[in-house]
Parts: sequence; structure tokens; C-alpha cells
Amino acid sequence: MRLERRETRPVALTLLAPLIAVAAALAMAGVLIAIAGAPVLTAYMRILTGAFGSRLSATETLVRATPLIFTGLAAAVAFRARLWNIGAEGQFYFGAIAVAAASSQTLSGLPGPILIPALLVVGAMAGMVLMLVPLWLRLRFSVDEVVTSLLLNFVAVLVVSMLIDGVLKDPMAFGWPQSQPVADQALLPKLVPRSRLHVGLVLAIVLAGAVHLLQSRTVFGLRSRAAGLNPSGAAFAGVQLGQTLFRVACLSGGLAGLAGAVEVMGVKGYVTTDLSPGYGYAGIVVAMLANLNPLGVVLAALFTATMFVGADSMSRELGIPSYIADVTVSLSLLSMLVAIFFTQYRIRR
Amino acid sequence: MTGADTESMDVLRIEGISKRFGAIQANEGISMSLGRGEIVALLGENGAGKTTLMSILFGHYTPDAGRILIEGRELPLGKPRAAIRAGVGMVHQHFSLAPNLTVLENVMTGTESLLSPRLRSGAARARLLEIAGRFGLKVNPEARLGDLSVGEQQRVEILKALYNQARILILDEPTAVLTNIEAERLFATLREMARQGLSLIFISHKLDEVMAAANRIVVLRGGRVVAERRAADTSKAELAELMVGRQVVRPRREPSTPGAELLELRDVSLRESGIDRLRGIDLSLREGEVLGIIGVAGNGQVALARLLSGTARRTDGEMSLFGRPAGHPGVADLIGMGVGRIPEDRHREGAIGEMAVWENVVLEQIDAPGLARHGIVNRSGGMDLARRIITEFDVRGAGPATRTRLLSGGNMQKLILGRNLYRKPRILLAAQPARGLDEGAVAAVHARILAARSEGTAVLLISEDLDEVMALADRVQAMVGGRLSPPVDADHVDARRLGLMMAGEWAIAEEAANAS
Repeated sequence: MRLERRETRPVALTLLAPLIAVAAALAMAGVLIAIAGAPVLTAYMRILTGAFGSRLSATETLVRATPLIFTGLAAAVAFRARLWNIGAEGQFYFGAIAVAAASSQTLSGLPGPILIPALLVVGAMAGMVLMLVPLWLRLRFSVDEVVTSLLLNFVAVLVVSMLIDGVLKDPMAFGWPQSQPVADQALLPKLVPRSRLHVGLVLAIVLAGAVHLLQSRTVFGLRSRAAGLNPSGAAFAGVQLGQTLFRVACLSGGLAGLAGAVEVMGVKGYVTTDLSPGYGYAGIVVAMLANLNPLGVVLAALFTATMFVGADSMSRELGIPSYIADVTVSLSLLSMLVAIFFTQYRIRR
Repeated sequence: MTGADTESMDVLRIEGISKRFGAIQANEGISMSLGRGEIVALLGENGAGKTTLMSILFGHYTPDAGRILIEGRELPLGKPRAAIRAGVGMVHQHFSLAPNLTVLENVMTGTESLLSPRLRSGAARARLLEIAGRFGLKVNPEARLGDLSVGEQQRVEILKALYNQARILILDEPTAVLTNIEAERLFATLREMARQGLSLIFISHKLDEVMAAANRIVVLRGGRVVAERRAADTSKAELAELMVGRQVVRPRREPSTPGAELLELRDVSLRESGIDRLRGIDLSLREGEVLGIIGVAGNGQVALARLLSGTARRTDGEMSLFGRPAGHPGVADLIGMGVGRIPEDRHREGAIGEMAVWENVVLEQIDAPGLARHGIVNRSGGMDLARRIITEFDVRGAGPATRTRLLSGGNMQKLILGRNLYRKPRILLAAQPARGLDEGAVAAVHARILAARSEGTAVLLISEDLDEVMALADRVQAMVGGRLSPPVDADHVDARRLGLMMAGEWAIAEEAANAS
């Protein structure tokens, strides 16, 4: 039995790959559920009803999906250009703390319609700045950005921790380490009354469409794809690699920073060091599940959020650890990698 | 060695091999044999199935039918390891070496046990040098592979196979990357190997070398063996007809009168990571002429091509373009000024394989009017342009949306030529434009270059193929060690004088010319 490269990549298989991957992951996770002593189909039904069974649960799932779309897009645009930004988690926190700082310290006097866009820009800029560090190290000293962007995550969380225990500490929080709250007029409007669902979701979906157009229709998209696929070929065709990677890094870091900004302004209102349950890292999974397609990111984020929210309620009802969500999402990523491989190769006897 | 002898001691027998890729029958019932100490040439055009057959022999592909016997024992198919163990070595057309390792490390890769506590590099080094000495293959074991020229890298591939104790050596288009002189040397090496008892198969589509080097010639066409001839009993004309199935005529250069000077280099040097690639070269290129730069690989041709492609900067000297002093023009500047560029390596630089044909057409000229507006790519405009180039330049097997990787070498080269020539460039830089192409494609590429010349384009042809330079160039300069010889008139120069020039003996070449 041998593997052979396919001459063409079948379109149907490419589209079906994520579905096959998810199905395979659910089947494998089903074995674990069965071992844990619960009826598998019931468990999956509970996950579904837990995620979408009521108005509250459905909105919560969408709240959870919102930051995942942003961080998924951040990873997808970077990976497309072979810029390995593993630092979305840190950029998320930088975006969040920048919003808290700007809103509580300097911009709090502005009216909402001006303040909200201004804060979103601030958050995106903060994410960009953090991503430019590994990019600079790569371009100047050829340092692998996988390592630097990953390690900066820990630096970023520690910086946030220092700030919310120091200059940005909320004096009204009974000594808890949390930042001063953002101004009331800076909170994002709700999409559904009496829920936590905010307009950040709309922004995320619009941005996914915008990124899709940017990649498929613009000169920048063409160049960044070329730079990712074949750097020497791109350079020969006049693509300036440094400049292209700089723009990609700004876009990627900005999207991750925006994730943090939107989470603070839409859900929490202030920053703590547990603002993100790993949205930055999950964004990588989301991007890979989506095969780096910006529109696919929306669906992949929705799937991931469904698993996490649904598994919480399933575990309460059936007594199975909610870690099954982590396991399922991880398994679907692994299956997806295998599925992507088989869109490019075939097995020969 | 007589025919009866070779048959009685076949080292290799291939019996009824068939292989189909999708709709293409790459090999159909192919049978052939190879005797000890014999050199067999596998002759055929690109796409005739030569490489597929050898990949099957080496275990890269599993055939749909057929079997392979090595010294009478059946070879397990589809297992490169088994092939290596049976004594089959392969020198690939696109080298399978690691550029970031040294020569010695490359040769040792795969031979050392993973569990061995340390690399036995001392012994390996001695063995490598011993083998190199035995076959006259000069090599520096400590050199980083990526710093070597293609010719030198090929030497390393051959050494690697010999180091693995290959008794059957397969060379896939070994001369595609070599100069005539290097090719001569390679064939001398091959004959020496055969004399010492190795059996060799080399894949080729060049008639001269097949006649010169092989004992026996197997001709493939359309995946089948169409003929088998002893070199002594055939002629180039017969082989050409067998291979192509029709007659091929290479284009001839018509006389032309060169016009204004479009490119001038005065005392230009280029120093890169501490190495002097170009040392004070002078060059002048005029409208309507082809200036050929010949030389053995690794003498600065790459640096010259990069300088004129806009991907490297000179460190010293003057350059003028179209009669005006040029600063340090980048890719976009050159394209904007009307310079066309054909890179040496079409897979690495000329095209981005995973992108569509139309994207490869527009990428380098995306700033040109009509292809993009306000940063938005004009997709349908690009597709139309690609379609026009495909028709006009006879690019086969592709539509504008086809992934470029799927094109054959010749068609990819026609695409690259097309995206340059349709713009009617005033200067065309062509680096090794026909390397690795089959007879038909070479003729097409040469005809295009000569057509551009007669329309007034100034062509700078960098080539290691003497025949190509003689066929196309009006004037010739030789490149040796980063220096350029003074130009000589191509009509009044013979192979001997060019050989002396390529060896750096310009003064002697001059004298020889004057004496005769």
C-alpha cells in the first residue's frame, strides 16, 4: 500500500473533508462516552440541546463562537502566508487590556458612537504591536516566529496580570485582581435583549466576509498567497516579502487584538486573567478545521463553540466530564489534518 | 562485450510493466533488460514514460502490472528500500538532497543506523573520498550542498548512490543541467563505471549523447517500447524519427543589424555573503541581437541573472538601461521599463506551482494597467490574458484556471515565455531557457526567442548548452570565476575556441583565432 500525490484536488472531497473529519471525531469520542458508561446517542442529543435547546443556550453558544471567529481568522490569514502566528492568545489579552486602559484612563469622556469604534481600533492596534515583535525578529535575525509568538503569550498574560494588580486595578473590586471597567457607553449593544449576545458577532461575520474578499480578490491577497506558497517564486515576480509579511502580521495580530477588545466590550466589561479560556489557541484549531478558509472559519467556530457549551450541559445531566468537548474538538482537528492530507494524496495498492 | 554475453548475464530484467495515471497510460507492457557493465540509454520525449518506468524500478510507484528481476530474483515492488538493498541507485532529475547539509552528511543520510550512538563520519569521509577518487569525481565533503552548482550537486547524487553500493545506476536526464564539457566528463565517468562492472541506465532525449555514451538504446514513445537498437547499428536520424514519430527542424538564425545599445554594464561587481560573485564585468547589449553568455555552472551566471532580474543589487560599477544610467532597479522597475525575464529555475522561481495559470501570468505585472484597479485584481481580465497567451504560445494541457504545477516542463516554459513576450519587451533576459525540455519544446522556445530578436528585442541568453548558444547568439562572451571574456563574433568562432574561453584562457583563445 502506498501514497501517491493526486494530480488534481477533487472539489467535492475538499468540501466534504471537514464534515467527514467531524463525523470521524464524533465517532471516536463516542467510544469514550460509551466507556464512561453513558448512552452515546443520548449524550450527543444532550450536547445539541445544551447548545441550542433554548434561547439562552443558543445565544450563549453564539457568544462563545464570537471570539473564536476573530482568533480563527487571525490564524487563517497568517497561516495562508506561512506566517506561523501562535500568539493570538497574547494578542487577545493585549487587545483587551488596551481597551480597558484607554476607556478608563483617557477616552472615557467620548460619546458611545465615537468611543466604540475608537476602542476597537485601539484593541486591534495593541494586538498588531505584539505580533510585530516576532515578525521583526524573524525578518531581522531569522528567528522562528513559532517559538517567539508562542512564548509572548505568557509574557502578555503576565503583563496584564501586573497591570490589573497595579495601575489599572479596580479600587471597587474588593481587592480582586481585575481592571477598571470600561465606560458604560463603550459596551457593545446587545443583539438579543436579556442575553449576553452582542453585536460583536455581526462584526466577526462581516470581517470574515471582508477577509475572504481581501484574500480572493485583491492584489494583497494574491501576493500574500504567493509569498506563502513559494517565497523565491514570489520574490522573482516582484513581491516584496518583508512588506507582505508585515501587512499579514498586522492583519493577523489586529484580528486577535480585536477578539480581546470585543470580548471585554461585549461580555465582561473589565479584564481579568481568565478572560480567555484559550480562545487564542482554539483559534488555531478553528482555522485548521476551516482549511484556512475565512468563511469556513465561521462554521468551524460555531462547531467548536457548540461542543464546548453543549458538553457542559451534557456533563451535568449524564455525569460525564465536560473534557469530552476538548477531546472531541482535538480529535476533529486531527481527523481534519488527515482529511486534508487525503485531498492531496490517494492510497494505491 | 557481445550481445550473447550480455543476455546470458542480465543484471536487470523488466517484464511487462504497465502503469496508468488517471486517463494517461504512462507505461504499457514495457520489457527491457540490462547486462553487467552495460550502458543502456532510455530515449524518448518528455511524457514518453521514461521517468515513470524508472520510478517504478526504484520503488517510487507501484506498477499496475508486470515484474522486475534483479540478478534473477524478483524485486518487491513499490519499496525504495528494497530497491536500494538490491543495489539500485538513482540520480534524480530534480535532486533529492538536503541543501542545508554538507556533502558528507547528504551522502551519509539514510546509511547510518538511527540507534548508532555517534556518526562515524571519519570512516565515511575516507570512503567517500576513496569512491570519488576511483571514479574521478572531484568533491569537497565539507561544502554545504546549497552552495554548490547544479553540476556539482549531481556529482554528489552519483556519489551517494555509489556510496550505497549501487550496482545498477539510473540517471534521469543527467545532462539536462550540465555544460557540454561537464557532460563529456560525466560520460567518461559513466564509461569508467561500466568498465568497473556497474550497469547503467540513463534517461535522455538528446540524440548526440545517446549515440556517444550508450551501448544500447531503448526508444520509448507514448508509454511503449517502439524500438531497441545497438548504438553501433543505428543513426541519429533513425533515432530521431523513432523518438518523435516525425521530423523536427530547429529554427535557424537569420542575419540582422543590431540597433541602439539598450543595456550596458561597466566594471560591475556583485559581492554576496562574503563571496565575489561578479568581478568587474563589462557587457553591452544592443537592439535586435542575441548576446550569449556561456560558461560552466557556478561561475557567476546566477548572480548576473539575478542582477538583471531585479532580485540582487550590484555592489560596484555602472549600469545603464536604454541609454540612461540606472540606479538599482527592482523587479517592478525592470518590468515597467520593458525588460522580460526568464529565470533559470522555472519551478522554483518562474512559477508558483500551486497557483492557477492566470495568477502566474498576472502576478509579476499586477501593476500594469488593466490587471488591477484600486488594489482589486481584475480576475476576468487576467483570465482573458492567460487564455490569449495559452493560444498564442501553444501552451498545451492547460486552461487559465489550471494549477500550474500540472503543466509539463515545456508547457510551463512556454507560459513563462508567453507572459514576457506578449508585452513585447525591449530587453529579454533568458537564463537556460531550454534546460530540460524535449526536442519539440526546445525548437518552439528557440523560435520564439529568434522571433523576438527579429522584432528588435535585445536578448541576453545565459546558457551552458554550447549548441544552444551557437544556434541563437550573434556574439558570445564566456563567464569564468565571476569574470566575463571580451565578446567574440559567433559566426567566426569554433567549438575549440569556445572551449578555451570557457576554461578562462581568453588570451590563448585569441591567439588561436588569429593564428588560424
